[in-house]
Amino acid sequence: MTLAEKYSQEIQAIFAKYPPEHKRSAIMPLLYLAQREEGYISRQAMEEIAELLEISVTEVAGVVGFYTLYHDRKEGKYRVQVCTDLPCALRGADEFLKELSQALGIQPGETDAEGRFTLEEVMCIGACHRAPVFQVQSAEGVTYYENMTVEGALEALKKLE
Amino acid sequence: MTQYLLLRHREIPEISRLEVYRQHGGFEAFRKAVTGMTPDQVTEVVKASGLRGRGGAGFPTGLKWSFMDRKNWPHYVVANADESEPGTFKDREIMEGNPFQFLEGVAIASYAVGANRAYIYLRGEYQHIARWLDEKIAEMEAAGLLGERLFGTDYSLRMYTHLGAGAYICGEETALLESLEGKRGQPRVRPPFPPSFGLYGKPTVVNNVETLANVPLIVQNGAEWYRSMGTADAPGVKIFSLSGRVKRPGNYELPFGVTFRQLIYEYGGGILDDRPIKAIMPAGASSSLLRADDRLLDTPLDYASLRPFGGDLGSASVIVIDDTVSIDWVIQKTIRFFKHESCGKCTPCREGTYWMKHLIDRIRTNGKEEKQVQLLLDVARQMQGKCLCALGEFSTMAVVSGIERFGEDFR
Repeated sequence: MTLAEKYSQEIQAIFAKYPPEHKRSAIMPLLYLAQREEGYISRQAMEEIAELLEISVTEVAGVVGFYTLYHDRKEGKYRVQVCTDLPCALRGADEFLKELSQALGIQPGETDAEGRFTLEEVMCIGACHRAPVFQVQSAEGVTYYENMTVEGALEALKKLE
Repeated sequence: MTQYLLLRHREIPEISRLEVYRQHGGFEAFRKAVTGMTPDQVTEVVKASGLRGRGGAGFPTGLKWSFMDRKNWPHYVVANADESEPGTFKDREIMEGNPFQFLEGVAIASYAVGANRAYIYLRGEYQHIARWLDEKIAEMEAAGLLGERLFGTDYSLRMYTHLGAGAYICGEETALLESLEGKRGQPRVRPPFPPSFGLYGKPTVVNNVETLANVPLIVQNGAEWYRSMGTADAPGVKIFSLSGRVKRPGNYELPFGVTFRQLIYEYGGGILDDRPIKAIMPAGASSSLLRADDRLLDTPLDYASLRPFGGDLGSASVIVIDDTVSIDWVIQKTIRFFKHESCGKCTPCREGTYWMKHLIDRIRTNGKEEKQVQLLLDVARQMQGKCLCALGEFSTMAVVSGIERFGEDFR
């Protein structure tokens, strides 16, 4: 089923946000919509979005590649994205990531054998006062986990399984 | 008068509900502007208040509004809610806790510049806030605070949220506009500036969330009232995002003129384990590193006062560093960030951040050879003044100041 068939109402609502002569603005919300399917944006979805917006597939792929929250490959169902930027690192984020990595048995950038979790090291997510922090990105969107311990993190991730 | 002007939800937890916000005077300023003032009068009040942009540049807000090209229509207002500077988490609290005051600020700004359409560009990670604001906007529409013919006048306004997807560069206003137009978020050559060539090539005002949240109070209480707080250089209040090696990190809303000593020791509870303070980054990862001596700690803070120290207040994202931390590690962190976030459009930034990353990794792995440190400093200095936007410049700030001012950590 195409996106237009499956999400016709949502797509209409997205287009209504922008002047009709500038429908290219709808690309980012449409990509989020496409990502809802399997947690990544398939080639087929890119082609469909290009058609909807009357731009080339290359232009769509360029946008997908530019932004870190869009993915063009299937990874774990849940992307566990730990912030290790300076403010978080000053409050133990590097050690947190290391210990979480050991507990999950995967290195940053890797996905576990069951395809549940992909561990990622990410840039600042705007929660510096509540470090250590991570966010979980899945097909449903992004959820924050703040003021974390490794035990607390494992507990929270368990609930996702 | 309550303690807070912006973080009012800390005293009135229910202020995120429309009826509660209105019970506390909410939307009276918007009504007053639309029914009793001309757009120019609104702009004049904001100009007279001395309000300056809270996103980091500190540009006078009313002056920016007055630059809108009146021969080219339609006009747009875009709220910059991209908040991606490491160490910054203030706009998030305003939008989560006191959303209507921010949205009223967007509405008044739109009226002042004659915009009938406003966009709120949020960083992609703030999906929950975008959904939250969508609900609030729908409530405003239902209450007749947004839509056609507002308050019986012929002014109409619609507001929309737009989610980014993880790109620091989109906090730069022209990159943000490119992104909102559906392209990769790469900065435009300026001039022309957004008030003459902005969204879809039309005159556009781009203001930070915190800036806009000040506007309803200024319109309601007047410029003189606002100027009674803060300093002559920077009237009013500022939200300081305090992070790093302090006991109580968090947002602190304080008048300009407060000192680092008050912020860090009084409000932030002092340094973790009561260690000595070593350095301060007042503007997040984009900061110069300032040596935290008594003179710095006791300087009243506004946009001008940190210049003699070779620093900027920026968005007041104060990262505190104590004596357990080595500055070569700090700049490895900031360089890694800027290398990742460089958009790749201009060569000095794309290549410069790449080489700085390699050099600092080499220095941190193989030992602090003087030649390598000098080479890193040379690369950073070569970049300065040559980049298309501020990101490239920002990436060099901690590097140059760190090596120059904390040389002992590079030997």
